[in-house]
Amino acid sequence: MELSMIFSDPFVRGIVLRAATVGVLVALCGGLLGVTLVLKRYSMIGDGLSHVGFGAMALAPLLALLPGAAFLADYALEISIPVVGAAAFFLLRLSENSKLGGDSAIALISTASMAVGAILYQVTTGMSSDICSNLFSSASVLNITNKDLLLSVILCSAVLLLFILCYHRLFSVTFDENFCKATGGHPAVFKLLLALLTSVTVVLGIRMMGAVLISAVIIFPALTAMRLFKSFRAVILCAACVSVVCFLVGFAIACLCSVQTGPTVVLVNLAAFLLSTAFARIKSR
Amino acid sequence: MNLIRCNQVCFSYDGALAVQDVDLDVAQEDYLCIVGENGTGKTTLMKGMLGLIKPVSGSVEYAAGIDRGSFGYIPQHTAVARDFPATVREIVRSGTLHDCGFRPFYPSSLKQRAQETMELLGIAPLADQSYTALSGGQQQRVLLARALCASKKLLLLDEPANGLDPVALYEFYELLGRLHREQGIGIVMISHDEVCVNTYATKILHLDGTALFCGDAEEYRKTALCKQLLGGKR
Repeated sequence: MELSMIFSDPFVRGIVLRAATVGVLVALCGGLLGVTLVLKRYSMIGDGLSHVGFGAMALAPLLALLPGAAFLADYALEISIPVVGAAAFFLLRLSENSKLGGDSAIALISTASMAVGAILYQVTTGMSSDICSNLFSSASVLNITNKDLLLSVILCSAVLLLFILCYHRLFSVTFDENFCKATGGHPAVFKLLLALLTSVTVVLGIRMMGAVLISAVIIFPALTAMRLFKSFRAVILCAACVSVVCFLVGFAIACLCSVQTGPTVVLVNLAAFLLSTAFARIKSR
Repeated sequence: MNLIRCNQVCFSYDGALAVQDVDLDVAQEDYLCIVGENGTGKTTLMKGMLGLIKPVSGSVEYAAGIDRGSFGYIPQHTAVARDFPATVREIVRSGTLHDCGFRPFYPSSLKQRAQETMELLGIAPLADQSYTALSGGQQQRVLLARALCASKKLLLLDEPANGLDPVALYEFYELLGRLHREQGIGIVMISHDEVCVNTYATKILHLDGTALFCGDAEEYRKTALCKQLLGGKR
């Protein structure tokens, strides 16, 4: 895509701006939530949720096959979010209960929902590019409608607001659950909240990043920030900034070089992570 | 005045009965040591006293004006991830969370409380340091400061001696003793340390599922139980 075309053609400009807005919001939420997820050793839950999201996104075209329900095809996000939210609740319970072997349970659920998703897509839309785009994101970036944009803005604002209101509690829960509980806190409630916020972010991000890659947006910025800063607040702020900047850089490269958005953003995140690691090494010498 | 009263209380752990028929009163002027072998229900009892687990039978009663948020708690030593980004100040302030409500920022009164507590424990110069970079003794002081921010009445400590070298341990006990004497803070501690039992404790609970001994520390030191406990350590 030519740079001049993005700015001159109002149609193209609209598409690109919509995609960029949703992407920035998702990157912001992912960066914020990622720190807590990484520190609580919940990275795999984020990854598991994204795979469940892939399966859940395939539900909308299936439901649309029902007589008189064709309009449901446009409501993929609205249908996926409750499904992934329920999965978040379930995955959290599994990982708490170490007897069941949390990580293998997560692997089970994520592969199973990938399989369900793949079959559903084949049944409904035929073996089409939909699968590839939902896995790695490509054409679907450009399919973001104004409705999706509005939904993304509302939900991301909600995630941000809840995060800010509960910031100190999330710190307390992340650092020391037992103490939090002993002083009258409710760690279980906040962990559930965290899982729900993550599932919203994941579903909104799938179109942008693809189901396989969305968890990178959550995990990479947190790890990058942890290399650079030592206080919780600085790490959170840095992760949010790194996430947004990496997304914008990746998105711009993807547009200009006509490559897929998801993988490009992940590679930019990887570059940032490597740079910060190198920086931390040099500084510690 | 009794802060906590346990009446014939039983707690279970992992489905098995871990604490049986314990009667215990804890007052603010007490320095109570809970002693006993591993796996005799000490931690379970402490969690029960904090209201973290519900009794199977019997009851735990609190004095008027006391609720779950009124205690300072130092949980059993759990390894914090080596890369956990948190400064001393952030951790100490999180102790005031119960009084903070849902404000996104700590009000200045709570910040002040955190600052004063850090000064009291001599960790104010470390306020901006990373918690994970501190020594074991310093980390334990940070957790103590956090517990003090939560409560000025009663501290419950679960094996605070773990992971401390002898010098740090001595300093930590001195600090606790000072808080008990000078600030009038009640202390309940799980520890089978000789120093603690012989020097500081005013009350002892020797636990082995049931209470083998519960009462005055002076009395306890004369018993065969005490000799067995301390003798077995050497």
